[in-house]
Amino acid sequence: MAGFGIGQPVIRLEDARFLTGQGRYVGDVDLARQAHAVVLYSPHPHALIRSIDTRAAREAPGVLAVLTGADAEAAGLGGFPPLFMPAVRGQAVGFRTLRPVLVADRVRCIGDRVALVVAESLAEARDALERIVVDYQPLPALVDIETAAAPGAEAIWPECHGNVAFELRHGDPAATATAFERADHVVSVRLRNNRLIAASIEPRCALGVYDTGADAWTLYTASQNPHGVRTMICDAVLRVPQSRLRVIAPDVGGGFGLKTNPYPEDALVLWAAKVCGRPVKWVASRSESFLADNHARDQVVEGALALDATGRIVALRAQALHALGSYTFSAGVAPIETALKLIPGFYDIGTLDVSTRAVFTHTSPMSSYRGAGRPEATFLMERLLDEAAVQLGIDRLEIRVRNAIAPASMPYATPTGMVYDSGDFAGLMSACARAADWSGFEARCAASARAGRLRGRSIVGYIEQGGRFNDRMELRFDPAGGVSVVAGTHSHGQGHATTYAQMVHEWLGLPLEQIRFVQGDTDQVPFGRGSFAARASLVGGCALRLAADAIIERARPMAASILESAEADLTFAQGGFQVAGTDRSVSLTEVARAAFRPSGLPVGGAVGLEASGSWAAEPPNYPNGAHVCEIEVDPETGEVSIDRYTVVDDIGTVVNPMICIGQVHGGLAQGIGQALLESVIHDPDSGQLLTGSFADYAMPRADDFPAFEVGFRSTPCSTNPIGIKGVGEAGAVASPPAIINALIDALRSQGIHEIEMPATPARIWQAIARHRGDRA
Amino acid sequence: MATINVNGRSMKVDASPDTPVLWVLRDELGMTGTKFGCGMALCGACTVHLDGAPVRSCSLPVSAAVGHRITTIEAMSGTPVGKAVQTSWVANDVPQCGYCQSGQIMSASALLAKNRKPSDADIDQAMSGNICRCGTYNQIRAAIKQAAASLNGRA
Repeated sequence: MAGFGIGQPVIRLEDARFLTGQGRYVGDVDLARQAHAVVLYSPHPHALIRSIDTRAAREAPGVLAVLTGADAEAAGLGGFPPLFMPAVRGQAVGFRTLRPVLVADRVRCIGDRVALVVAESLAEARDALERIVVDYQPLPALVDIETAAAPGAEAIWPECHGNVAFELRHGDPAATATAFERADHVVSVRLRNNRLIAASIEPRCALGVYDTGADAWTLYTASQNPHGVRTMICDAVLRVPQSRLRVIAPDVGGGFGLKTNPYPEDALVLWAAKVCGRPVKWVASRSESFLADNHARDQVVEGALALDATGRIVALRAQALHALGSYTFSAGVAPIETALKLIPGFYDIGTLDVSTRAVFTHTSPMSSYRGAGRPEATFLMERLLDEAAVQLGIDRLEIRVRNAIAPASMPYATPTGMVYDSGDFAGLMSACARAADWSGFEARCAASARAGRLRGRSIVGYIEQGGRFNDRMELRFDPAGGVSVVAGTHSHGQGHATTYAQMVHEWLGLPLEQIRFVQGDTDQVPFGRGSFAARASLVGGCALRLAADAIIERARPMAASILESAEADLTFAQGGFQVAGTDRSVSLTEVARAAFRPSGLPVGGAVGLEASGSWAAEPPNYPNGAHVCEIEVDPETGEVSIDRYTVVDDIGTVVNPMICIGQVHGGLAQGIGQALLESVIHDPDSGQLLTGSFADYAMPRADDFPAFEVGFRSTPCSTNPIGIKGVGEAGAVASPPAIINALIDALRSQGIHEIEMPATPARIWQAIARHRGDRA
Repeated sequence: MATINVNGRSMKVDASPDTPVLWVLRDELGMTGTKFGCGMALCGACTVHLDGAPVRSCSLPVSAAVGHRITTIEAMSGTPVGKAVQTSWVANDVPQCGYCQSGQIMSASALLAKNRKPSDADIDQAMSGNICRCGTYNQIRAAIKQAAASLNGRA
């Protein structure tokens, strides 16, 4: 299927509407008689609510309803449990919280929801919100993980002593201790993974509709996972059958993990719609997004590597504290698990002893954000390897090649419970180094030095996990012979309308223009789990493959009838059935049309032609790759410029290289943002959020990046029929260590061996100045 | 009441003078192609043209737009520069989630309307006010160059 099938750079089928202002996001949906909601967010990171006086707000012009936590309790609304706890994977049971839709008694983070105002207009709702008087008794706040986990810290949840919700551990402590005692070399690092926010340019938004006659709701929400929203809200909050809520996630303006699961506002607009008898719309302002969205990362880790005299790793040890925020909310557990499991990377490390503690803090809850634990794990391993290379005097590419798991060792079971199926890790790193002109560095370095600038470089390797849970895809023909891909996954920038169509074209031979894409509506898609954790290509792609195979088998009896031939004599190729050894054939489109004939049951027994396929990410896949980065630092200003950035990735079968390159670029932009620019900062004393706008939280922009060189060197995944590996997280996983290792390489001559993320010009300049002072 | 010129048409709008043009377009005129991102002129999602120059409509009071020509994404297919930009955006696989792309296209077409041979530095300068969280910056740079070439008759 050359031209439009798997592997072709097909231009995206969904682009036209985005380029003409015709995309339809939740914010673009307005309904008749729609009212507007605003939420009162806690201005305190920790406080008792003594009382809430809503009388003046209720009497304000245009107000339709003012709702508080007491009202929510009276209405019987439940709270949000975490999506899962580690116990589901045989780990600790842990301490879990329920997050109320509105807090009645004690706020535990800035941005905790305290009241909802609904009014005729947004301006009236905002004015009325100002009239709510909450009598808070402010209490001391613990916003820093180390402070919250310190002995004697006040309990954020009274029943959870030490503020540790759960501890996870992998490995063999005794064997690791022995290996460290006998090792020729030990290197150690202490790292902080800065707190980030996804900051999709489309803020979160929700529009709730209640149909009194049907006693049923519709929710339009910016979500990566509409069926998951339905399940959580119906089961945990509204406590109604799932058949009474339709969730629509139309075009969604960026997810990145932020919009994987529902937030209190999704339930609040539904409740308010019933209370007011009107559609109720809520859209976060940018400040509210910074205050009340989930945050991500925020981990402190100490790690050590034991090596023999030749630079072979013999053991690894790590202990981490990882923030949960104020609740076990959404998928907050996932990054903490992944940050531990992936520490070994694609290296053969002998034995290990790694543990992490999940710590409550008085901050926004933490959840998944592009990479979700993978960047934390990779940052530790790749920082340790650079320190080891320096201590042992081995080239940094060489020490990695020496320790990489060999292709002949596949399948390879890691000591943290994963089984890698495929990959040529040393080959990838060497290929990336060649592509980046690794050997030409010295000349470029000398040129930089002549210009008064410090040049540094890095090579890092990464492996990550793609795919999670199961999913379902459906192919549904219409009477004219067109086919709809009905997707359980959700595309919000990944280009699924195109990549799934390429697959259907490849397997069923149908032209792209005959393939329609349906997603994001629980009434149109029977079931699905949305998109996160680089899962759509694996579970969506493989489920679609099975659906396509089933279509051929379901169509076969009708095709045999049309061709007056035995089913066994038919072969399927190029979009149709052929009778072997003859020139007689019928297209799949004609067979599909025949299945809609009005009289008599079609051959095969069913009216219409449709089939579903299901796939589970067990096992998942393991995308991997290598990054080489070269940067220049101006020692007078601390300014960093990325001179060149090269990536060679193994994502198995590449469905659409243009779309995959776009995914890698997006990950790079976010990972480089973490390394150089972004940080959610709370004042340690007051607990106030200091980064509440794009003026304070530095987002990556057009002038922060060079032209990225991205190539693919694929070893097909051996555990799925397409050979596919995920691509969504890849760029964000390896880029923080690539940047920081290159930066430290540039600064070693200045006596600097560590620098914290984000490595801002101010931080770099101060480090240089401090060390100059030390030497003076 | 104020009368503003949007995409060549004179429109009467019932908004207070300090209402940002963004909300007049979206809420009053039903033109939702222009997006809200931050409300503080820091992200560029709401970019429109005022007499051909890129401005952030979230921070432009409607009173300041009276007597000027507002152009939005909805009209860009009808201009040679806008058409060239949209065509090269598709060919270079620029959009991902699409949300910021109205603003990106407005900034890019304003650049190309006055500079048909933009350098990388010109592009960075013109585009650094438009955030794309999906990270499509490399593709945008390539697409602007391709659009420039096509406008110059070299594509």
